[in-house]
Amino acid sequence: MADIESGGGGGHKKGGKVRSKKQSTRVDFTPMVDLGFLLITFFMLTTSMNKPQTMEINMPVKEDLPPEEQQKIKASQTVTLLLTKDDKIVYYFVDGITGEPGVPQVTTFSKSGIRKTLIRENRLRNAAVDSIPLYRKRYENRDIDEVEYKKNIGRIQGFKNGLIVIIKASDDSKYKNLVDILDEMAISNIGRYAIVDITPVEVEMLKATPL
Amino acid sequence: MSKVKVPRKSTYVDMTAMTDVAFLLLTFFMLATKFKPDEPVLVDTPSSISEIKLPESDIMLITIGKEGQVFFGVDGQPVRAKALVEMGKIYNINFTEQEIKEFSLVAQFGVPIGSLKQFLAVKGEARTKIVQPGIPSDSAKNELSDWIWQTRLANNKVRVAVKGDKDTNYPIVKQVIATLQERKVNRFNFITSMESANQ
Repeated sequence: MADIESGGGGGHKKGGKVRSKKQSTRVDFTPMVDLGFLLITFFMLTTSMNKPQTMEINMPVKEDLPPEEQQKIKASQTVTLLLTKDDKIVYYFVDGITGEPGVPQVTTFSKSGIRKTLIRENRLRNAAVDSIPLYRKRYENRDIDEVEYKKNIGRIQGFKNGLIVIIKASDDSKYKNLVDILDEMAISNIGRYAIVDITPVEVEMLKATPL
Repeated sequence: MSKVKVPRKSTYVDMTAMTDVAFLLLTFFMLATKFKPDEPVLVDTPSSISEIKLPESDIMLITIGKEGQVFFGVDGQPVRAKALVEMGKIYNINFTEQEIKEFSLVAQFGVPIGSLKQFLAVKGEARTKIVQPGIPSDSAKNELSDWIWQTRLANNKVRVAVKGDKDTNYPIVKQVIATLQERKVNRFNFITSMESANQ
């Protein structure tokens, strides 16, 4: 395969003129190709083409607002999720009439766990969430443009009587749990949620709840 | 009847075209490659369905290791240098020209400012072997807070990204978030890896 043509080959003939050998200009490229592909392989393996992904977090401004500027929300439209050890979630609703916290329930991060509850409760309070998949489909089919799509999604998710989720991660939870629960917010189309520090009362509640 | 002679063809293949392609690809990969900056700790990021990509420049990266060590890094050598000089003024440490130059090449570090001089004195390979204790970020001595502030002063376009290990305990994450909020960073990014929604 790797032959370098030696051009001419035979010696000069008897009696003829001394001719300089005609050297072929052909160079064998095989080793060069080998080298090229070796380097390509190296660069392909070392390249990290994918940029890291991120999720955006917006925290409320720390300063206390004057009472007239604070948004009033009904206690009955909130659900408090306490993230605790062993990837478990303890959640409770607040009774709309008495204002007392309901019985804490234990659930997990699985599809049939917290997601089911969140989707059900959100739909109960905000029936418009059902139309989000429709808008998404229309957007994917390019029936509506991005601006309109985002406007509609924002309107539905920001519905004032919709479910409000209060996320409180306990000291036993892991960073992964926080990211997972924020993911669940995106999956179940909950636009209004907040990450809040856990209170001592809730720490006690976690202790009292068998996991 | 004479046999039909099949003419012998040379097996020689012209490699020029193949070489062209090979080197074209090679050039592409060489130009597209951005070597990963060396990371002080191995961080296994949690997965999420989010598909937003992190912008390439003007990123302040706060890495939280598995054991809760906090690392800090920012891109742009002038920004690093400026932040270090300002930090030196706050903590009354005089960094030499050489140290500032050395520091501006460090992608990420996790040592208290008091031991930064020793850290910068170690050269090359040996530095990667140093076990870095992390930047103090608790309320008693919050150096991270000052780093964030000075970096923002040095580059006001900077965006904050937090890269935590999925098994990091929450209290340390809470501390970092509280530090960010204290410095009026209410919008930041968590770096995650890919996952589909149906899991």
